[in-house]
This record gives sequence, C-alpha cells and structure tokens, in this order.
Amino acid sequence: MQGTSEYTPRTGIERWIDKRMPLPRLMYDSFVSYPIPRNLNYAYAFGGILSVMLISQILTGVVLAMHYAANSEIAFTSVEHIMRDVNYGWLLRYLHMNGSSMFFLAVYVHIFRGLYYGSYKSPREIQWLLGVVLFLLMMATAFMGYVLPWGQMSFWAATVITNLFSAIPLVGDAIRTWLWGGFSVGDPTLNRFFSLHYLLPFMIAGVVILHVWAFHVTGQTNPTGVEPKSRRDVVPFTPHATMKDAVALVAFFLVFAWFVFYMPNYLGHPDNYVEANPLVTPPHIVPEWYFLPFYAILRAIPSKLGGVIALGLSVVVLFLVPWLDTSKVLSAAYRPLYRIFFWVFVVVCIGLGYIGAMPPEGGYIIAGQLLTAYYFIHFFIILPLLGFIETPKPRPASITEAVLGRPDEPGEPATPAGATAMPERRG
Amino acid sequence: MSYTYPTTVPESASDPDPSDPHYQPSRRDFFVIATGAFAAVGAVAFVWPFVDQMNPDASALALASIEVDVSAMEPGQSITVVWRGKPVFIRYRTDEEIAAAKDTQLSELKDPVARNDNLEAGAPATDENRAAAGHEAFLVMVGICTHLGCVPLGEAGDYNGWFCPCHGSVYDTAGRIRHGPAPENLLVPPLTFADDTTIKIG
Repeated sequence: MQGTSEYTPRTGIERWIDKRMPLPRLMYDSFVSYPIPRNLNYAYAFGGILSVMLISQILTGVVLAMHYAANSEIAFTSVEHIMRDVNYGWLLRYLHMNGSSMFFLAVYVHIFRGLYYGSYKSPREIQWLLGVVLFLLMMATAFMGYVLPWGQMSFWAATVITNLFSAIPLVGDAIRTWLWGGFSVGDPTLNRFFSLHYLLPFMIAGVVILHVWAFHVTGQTNPTGVEPKSRRDVVPFTPHATMKDAVALVAFFLVFAWFVFYMPNYLGHPDNYVEANPLVTPPHIVPEWYFLPFYAILRAIPSKLGGVIALGLSVVVLFLVPWLDTSKVLSAAYRPLYRIFFWVFVVVCIGLGYIGAMPPEGGYIIAGQLLTAYYFIHFFIILPLLGFIETPKPRPASITEAVLGRPDEPGEPATPAGATAMPERRG
Repeated sequence: MSYTYPTTVPESASDPDPSDPHYQPSRRDFFVIATGAFAAVGAVAFVWPFVDQMNPDASALALASIEVDVSAMEPGQSITVVWRGKPVFIRYRTDEEIAAAKDTQLSELKDPVARNDNLEAGAPATDENRAAAGHEAFLVMVGICTHLGCVPLGEAGDYNGWFCPCHGSVYDTAGRIRHGPAPENLLVPPLTFADDTTIKIG
C-alpha cells in the first residue's frame, strides 16, 4: 500500500473525504487497481472464499446467539428450540454448522496451495506466520463452537481436549481446573466457551487484515514462482481477480448448499443429538472431520505427554516451514522431486484423517504410527534435504513468457487499460 | 550512566546535561523510573482478578461429601454415583476378581503406585492398597480415565476390569492401568465406611 496511488477522486465529496480520511483511496488501491500476476489459477481463489466464509459465519453466528442460551441446564434444549421453533432457525444453524466444515475445507486447500507454490518463502514469511496464527484461532473457535450445543460429543470433546492440558508437568492439573472453572466440564466451562467463541472470530478478522496487508506489501506468489517484472506480467485486481474469485465462490457455494440442503448432518455425529451426560462416554468418540489427522497423531504415541507434544508439534511445525525448506525455488512446478513428495504428503494427511476416524486397535494403531512418523519426516528431513539434492527445472524469464509459451517481446501491447503501478515501484 | 537523550526536561541552563559523560543521575531520574516501575507492577497485578475469575468459584468449592448405601449390592454388581460432578464407581468384586488382582505382581504394573487418597502418596499398588480398607470386596474409584478423562466401561478389556473406549486404556480388576496410553491407576477417593453397608466418599 506504499508507492504510487492510482486513485483519483472525481466528485467534490470524494475529494473532501480523501483529504480527511482516505479510506476510499485505500480500498481502491487495495482491491481495484492493485496489480496481481496475470497467471493466477483457481487455487488462488480460496483466500477470497475464506473471507466470505468468515463473514458468513459471523452473520449466522450473531443471529444464532440471539436464540441460544449458554447454560448447561437449557443449552441443549435451546438448540432444539432453534431447530424447531425459531423462524428459519434450521437454515441458520445448518449454515453455521456446515459453514465451519466448508471453512476448514477452504483453509486446507489454501494451506496446501501455499505449500505447493512456496508462498511461505522470502519475503513472505510474516504473511505465512500470520496465516498459521489464523489457523490456530480457527481451530480454537471451531472447538469451542462444537461444545455449545451441549450434546454428548460436545461434552466429551470438551473433556478430552481440556484434559490434554493436564499432561503438562507440575501445573497441568491446575491449568485444567482453571479452564473448567470446576472439577469437571460443567456450566462454568460452557459459559466461558460461549464468550470466547463469540470473541475469537473478531480476532480472526483482525489478523486477516494483517494477513492481507502483508501480501499487499510483498505481492502475491503465482504458479511460476517468478516475481512480476514488467507491466505485462500483471493485471488489475478488479475486474480480473474479483470476477475469477466470484466464479470460484459460486462453485464453492454449490457444494456448501448441497450439504446444507441435502445432507446437513452428514459431517456431524448422531451422538451430538443426545444431551450431554457426564456419567456415560459414547463408545466411539471422534472429533469433527477437520481435526481427524491431528487426532490420529495424538493417538499414535502410546504416552499421554508424548501424544500431546506430538499433537502440538504437528501444528507448530507449520511455523517453521519457511526455514525448514532450504530450496530457493518457489513453485513446485519447477521442483521435480518436491512435487512428488508434496503429493505423497497430501495422501499421508488424508490417510491420517482416515486413521483418526477408526477405532484405536490392531492395524490402525500401527498404520497411524507409520503415517505420523512420515508426517514429521516430511517436515524435518525431506524438506531441508530436498533443497540440497534437487536440481530444479529451468524457470521462465517472466510470467508473460510462461503464459505465452515464448519469450516476452516488449513491443507487444501492454495489459488492458487500467493496469497499474509496476511492482518494482511498490515498497 | 549515560543517556543519548534527556529523560526529563531540563528546567534551566544550570541543570545537568545527561549527554555529559560526567552526568550523575538526578533525583528526578529516580522518580521517573520508580513511578514507571510502580505503574508496571500495578498493571501486572491487575491482571490477576481477570485470570483468577476463571478458577472454581465458591459454590463449586462448597461441595459436600456423599454417603452411599450399598446394602442391596450383591457380589459382581457395580453402581456409579456422582461426587463433585464426577462419576465414582463402586464395585462389589467377586472372589475370582479379587484373586486375579492379588495374583498380579507389582513388576507387571505400568503404574506401581496405589493412587489412593486414604494412604500416603508412595504406597505400592497392591490389591490391599486399592480396595476399601477392611472391605476388600469393595473397590471404590473415581470413574475417570487418567488419560484424557473419558468414563471407562466396566467388566471389559483384556483383564475383565475396565476399558476406556476413547483411546484404548485397559485397567484390571483392581482399577490399575495395564496397557494403553493412560499414565496412572484410577484414583481412589477419600472414603470411610460409616457402617457396614454405608460408604462415605469425600
């Protein structure tokens, strides 16, 4: 957002505002004239989709809170009240609960996109770190939201997750009691989870602004991994990215709507329609699908503290990725070995998800342990080593050359009218 | 001490110049630092009420003990009662179960400590130290898996004791962890027999 602004106030009112509080200028420079690489594919649409999902979750969540009661005596009934009595309550709740699944679906595509195209590499490390912070905030928000309906799965998810903290030596039990506000998960726990579940999305929105700010400073990556070098390498954000994101969003919403209207409970668990009972644990408890790979890692280690450490490390390792990957080449398209290992890693993550859904017995335990080992080997051994042993393919001289399939000739017409500030003129 | 810029505004030309290498800290420097430090300590101290409000409140701490009538129980039967919001298992064990627990060597146990609130902390996990004192057929335990807090299922698992369905921990007929991820034996809460058929827990 530094450098030359393309914004020209046209009316008196616009000029009056621009001198006092240039918000229209900021928005114009960030979302209209902002130059993006001309070769972005649909994998790059998920950032926009995630922003829309955040807004959607906040909207449906705020109205659900108007009908929900965070009290362990009536929480379960109040959710049924939303489903049966409140006008369109069923729709709002199904949008919110399937919305969280769609949110995670989008964030996983977004993260794997970043891993494939090297979005975490210099100079975009801070943007990546902010992204991992967002992921952690999302996980906390989703977990606490899942507790609110106060069904059996809600209660036992809250019990298992808060008990993870009791593995911490010395202070673990005190922390667990502090989280509970009692000697077991109960009414105080439900109340504070509701308070935090309402707060965290706004913290997510704040960090999203920092995340977007960071990529407006460094510019986006693109499928070639070659930074834009001339005006012909970029197009203005509007209409190009706006329209492409809109097309992707419509397709994404088709999937979302299919779940909401045709199989709204498919991703949930029937046990959560049984009211919480502190005396009976359901025979087979599993988290929501988006936590299954992490759950598999937790269960793979046959020791309480060890399992908790592995679980924590499996997320924290994402913070280290910019420094674990020793290759200077951004895009996996030009990294023949990394490209293979990337897809192996994707399959391993899906495999961990499958193991997480299975009961902890027999071959599933061994498979879970092997996949967990590979998960960490990928980050701590394969990523650092590849940078040294891999010979990258020749990369194109510019984005335009990659797009046209031949050397870029400066005599050709530049990008459409409205193409903007050259990247080298920005900070 | 040397400063690159004055921490206080000199009142007159005769005030010492902090950039002077021979500058001595003045009384005013002391006040500035002391006030700042006091404010910082005060701000940190004010965090405590916001943290401590999440700890168990007075109503949660005021939980009384409970008395349970076990006169109707027959050998091989179990009941679950609620104490401090947690399930407590009371099992009237059969002779075979007691014998199986007694035959187990301490060296076979994953956690060789009794985990009995009625005994001193390091007592060995023998069957005598696990069962209710003087009533070895009765086993009273907090029914919460020491792994991640699920409620184990009774008369289940490889030792026909308890089995936790969440992550596969197996306990024997004295409630001792035998295999699986749980680190400790099931906890025996403070208990006494008020009379031959009434157990007081807490």
